[in-house]
Amino acid sequence: MNSLAKTIPEWLEVCHLDDLVMGSGVAVLVKGKAVAIFAIGSNDFKLYAISHKDPFSNADVLAHGIVCEGNGVWTVASPIYKQHFRLDTGECLEDPTVTVNTWPIRLRGNLVEINTSDEVS
Amino acid sequence: MKKQLVVIGNGMVGHHFAEQLMSSAAATEYELRIFAEEPCRAYDRVHLSEYFDHPSKTHLQLGDEDFYSKHQIQLHLAEPVTKIDRDVKKVISNSGEYVYDILVFATGSYPFVPPIPGNDQPHCLVYRTLEDLDAIQASADGAAHGVVVGGGLLGLEAAHALKKLGLESHVVEFAPRLMPVQLDTEAGTLLRRKIEDLDVGVHTSKATEQIIEGQDKRLRMCFNDGSYLETDLIVFSAGIRPQDKLAAEAGLTIGQRGGILVDSHCCSSDPHIYAIGECAVWNHQQFGLVAPGYTMARAALAHILDDRSTQFSGADMSTKLKLLGVDVGSIGDAHGTSPGALNYRYADELTGVYRKLVVSEDGKHLLGAILIGDNSFYDTLLQYALNGIELPSSPEMLILPSSTGEAVSLSSSALPTEATICSCHNVTKGNICEAIDQGAISLADIKSTTKAATGCGGCAAMAKSILDSELEKRGVHVDKSLCEHFHFTRQELFHVVKVEEIKTFDALIERHGKGGGCEICKPAVASILASVWNEHIHEPAHVALQDTNDTFMANMQKNGTYSVVPRIPGGEITPAMLISIGEVGKKYNLYTKITGGQRIDLFGATLDELPKIWEELIAAGFETGHAYGKSLRTVKSCIGDTWCRYGVQDSMSMAIRLENRYKGLRSPHKVKMAVSGCTRECAEAQSKDIGVIATEKGWNLFVCGNGGMKPRHADLFATDLDDETLIRYIDRVLMFYVYTADRLQRTSVWMESLDGGLEYLRQVVIEDRLGLAKELESRMQHVVNTYQCEWKSALQDPTKRKRFRSYVNADEPRRARIEMIEERGQMIPARQIAEEEYS
Ligand code: SRM
Ligand SMILES: Cc1cc2nc3c(=O)[nH]c(=O)nc-3n(C[C@H](O)[C@H](O)[C@H](O)COP(=O)(O)OP(=O)(O)OC[C@H]3O[C@@H](n4cnc5c(N)ncnc54)[C@H](O)[C@@H]3O)c2cc1C
Ligand code: SF4
Ligand code: FES
Repeated sequence: MNSLAKTIPEWLEVCHLDDLVMGSGVAVLVKGKAVAIFAIGSNDFKLYAISHKDPFSNADVLAHGIVCEGNGVWTVASPIYKQHFRLDTGECLEDPTVTVNTWPIRLRGNLVEINTSDEVS
Repeated sequence: MKKQLVVIGNGMVGHHFAEQLMSSAAATEYELRIFAEEPCRAYDRVHLSEYFDHPSKTHLQLGDEDFYSKHQIQLHLAEPVTKIDRDVKKVISNSGEYVYDILVFATGSYPFVPPIPGNDQPHCLVYRTLEDLDAIQASADGAAHGVVVGGGLLGLEAAHALKKLGLESHVVEFAPRLMPVQLDTEAGTLLRRKIEDLDVGVHTSKATEQIIEGQDKRLRMCFNDGSYLETDLIVFSAGIRPQDKLAAEAGLTIGQRGGILVDSHCCSSDPHIYAIGECAVWNHQQFGLVAPGYTMARAALAHILDDRSTQFSGADMSTKLKLLGVDVGSIGDAHGTSPGALNYRYADELTGVYRKLVVSEDGKHLLGAILIGDNSFYDTLLQYALNGIELPSSPEMLILPSSTGEAVSLSSSALPTEATICSCHNVTKGNICEAIDQGAISLADIKSTTKAATGCGGCAAMAKSILDSELEKRGVHVDKSLCEHFHFTRQELFHVVKVEEIKTFDALIERHGKGGGCEICKPAVASILASVWNEHIHEPAHVALQDTNDTFMANMQKNGTYSVVPRIPGGEITPAMLISIGEVGKKYNLYTKITGGQRIDLFGATLDELPKIWEELIAAGFETGHAYGKSLRTVKSCIGDTWCRYGVQDSMSMAIRLENRYKGLRSPHKVKMAVSGCTRECAEAQSKDIGVIATEKGWNLFVCGNGGMKPRHADLFATDLDDETLIRYIDRVLMFYVYTADRLQRTSVWMESLDGGLEYLRQVVIEDRLGLAKELESRMQHVVNTYQCEWKSALQDPTKRKRFRSYVNADEPRRARIEMIEERGQMIPARQIAEEEYS
């Protein structure tokens, strides 16, 4: 673990800015969990972290879906059965009873961090 | 008190007038009174002959049963008006007198019976009303033979009716040919032959001098040339005369050849009296069709209601009908009497087809036309004539037979919005489109909302084709926009990309779209960009546009792993190559299967394994098979004359050549091909988008077939092509498809959506009608020249390669929580994926 993670325990460094793909997603492993990280918008981009696991197929694939915008809401379409999940809340548009996990995420310098304190507690 | 509006005559036009008044806002200001000479209310005279098929008077009745009572119209049936007193503004019948503020004549016309001595005996009849038909029916009882005097439209219809009543039927015409008003000599001669073939006797250039008692039959007609014809009944159909007696007696101005003279508001010489329909003459012309009568009714009503919008300014007298089962059509200036008019003529005496076009001096506009034998040409020609649409550079195409036997049709989209489709009810294409916008989805809806096709019925086919094409336009995707981000079709975007040389999605959405894009527009635009510019799909500008399969150049399977499909052109593979596939499969523990497309699929690779697997495959000489792309899949082949004793060409080499040529092409949907070495068709080429079958002389090309959800056999497109022509045609077909198809539209659906379908595609590809052939070929050549194996280039570029990490922060990927089990010696995903242990 690096020094950042030590000083602010709930924020974990997960990858480097260069690892991200603008307009799309990448997957990271955080404490054994697969998390999908999206960077939306080119210069003034915004980061999102949601579960990588698609609850409909149980496969780890969400980071590799297409990112969509509809009425200002950003979603990712699962590459398997194509359901849309909101990047901000994790809610499934096709089936509101299904929500995937989301995590707070931020950029510090060139490092991407997510906050896992919810699960730590 | 309400204004008193009196109409004399409850025929087709009088009824239309009543309907129009009742649907106007001013309906309540008037008390409407209608006098009818006939004993039953208005009926459809145009379809009078159907009375013999359905002998019920209500069948032909116009409007709803309760129309008159519902609107409190005073309808005086069987009560003809006998006199008009204009000084006190009264109409007088046998049973009363009625005042009017406004009077409308809609008395129609009466059949003209030539002044032949003896024309008033029993069994000398006319053909105009239901009662006339009752009389004919009664006379036909016990008769064997009938004659119609008059070889015009109505005469021939009457002859048909006599035939249907079981009589031997004859037509006697004074002029030297049938339908002298509508047809020229050639057409008249041809029609005569066709009608004689149907066992109807035709006697032209015959003037009847007298009718006397017959010897063998009831009557004898004596002609001026000394000959005679015996018959049991005679129907006079020698033209109509305006029913103007009452008006003349009342002192209204009458035209030189009869008829109540009216102005363009249908107003007579008395400003309180109008005349509409066949009893009126405008510009010294009587209009013996229902559509002009309806226009007159609307013009008169508009004037009465003080609305100057509708005027009567003459009418189109074009007609089409089936006479005794023979199609006859006449449009506009059929005789070519306009100054400088030129003719095109096509005649086929064998099948009895004749078509003539009369065009303006400069060849740009259609003035008139005559059709015998096939009215499928009528609607298109009429639209050219009525709407002044500029003719194509070779107008003869419009009447020449095409190889498919279908008439060239003017697509409904080529018609201007203001084009009149239904002249009976003055319905334009725009009105029909509005009705569709408001939810009409069937011809019945169109009829009830616009009234189109409820008059003479002649426009029904045209109305239907507009409905169909407009529905199709809105149809499945009501909105043709690609998605909420682009209000363009794929084809439009394709043009924009090309014309404006746009190279990235961001530039396109910024200039022509809105928002952030979605799973519909991103891959569609990516495919367009790839078709036009052919850049690597992993360029940073394109990478986020692709669906997973394209992003990772492999198809994702149900458990999140990927499949690997190397290209095996034509299905031909050396044992050494086969072994190297086997070795890769073994090393990475991949499930291996021969596909339905004559190649091999390796399943179960993780993201991070993909580059390693491909590295090895590429080293062994393989290339990507594009199994993930909307692109060329396989060119299936049979072994052809290489081994097969029946093969007539080298189908193997051709299949490999085709596969290598088109392997990089991005297209609206996947494309499959096959080449068979003889007609036994072992490669099933006729089920492919592009199918090639060897012949003794070369290759037959089939296009636009597919298997899948809705199988369709391919159509034969061209025969006996040499190798180079074959490739040229395929280049053009495919590029034209890439240019114009909608997203995810396979070639079959695309071709069927083209106006003119296969024939149009032939014209574009073979005849180069759009002058596009060279461009299509050079575009294709560009794609061929810039081909790169995407996997090879991805592997060479470290940043692209970086994408293939299962987790960007962990070097050691795991076979990510996907449980695999063994089946028949290979690994497959467990039938049920186990729940994650820690969630
Ligand atoms: C592997 C294969 C089945 C097999 O085990 O043999 C296969 C597998 C798939 N087919 Fe297929 N099709 C395969 C031959 C066919 C054939 C037969 C043929 O090509 O001769 C057909 C019918 C012929 C046709 O397309 O005209 C066929 C009709 C489809 C369709 C329906 C297309 C349609 O127009 O209706 C789809 C769905 C689609 O493309 O939208 C489809 C889609 C798929 C997908 C891509 C579904 C998906 O999204 O996962 C499958 C994944 C392939 C993979 O991972 O590699 N596959 N598929 C065959 C691969 C052939 C190859 O070598 O490329
Ligand atoms: C067999 C046949 C086939 C036809 N086919 C076609 C076709 O295919 N296409 C086409 O466009 N046209 C066709 N026509 C012509 C079409 O029917 C007429 O153009 C149309 O009916 C004219 O309408 P109208 O109201 O002017 O006259 P009519 O329909 O004749 O109505 C006039 C009415 O006024 C009544 N009347 C007359 N005098 C008096 C009076 N003094 N008091 C009260 N009532 C009176 C008459 O009895 C009659 O009922 C056909 C006609 C016939 C007979
Ligand atoms: S198609 Fe027939 S002839 Fe041609 S190769 Fe196959 S089997 Fe032989
Ligand atoms: S043109 Fe007569 S019904 Fe339309």
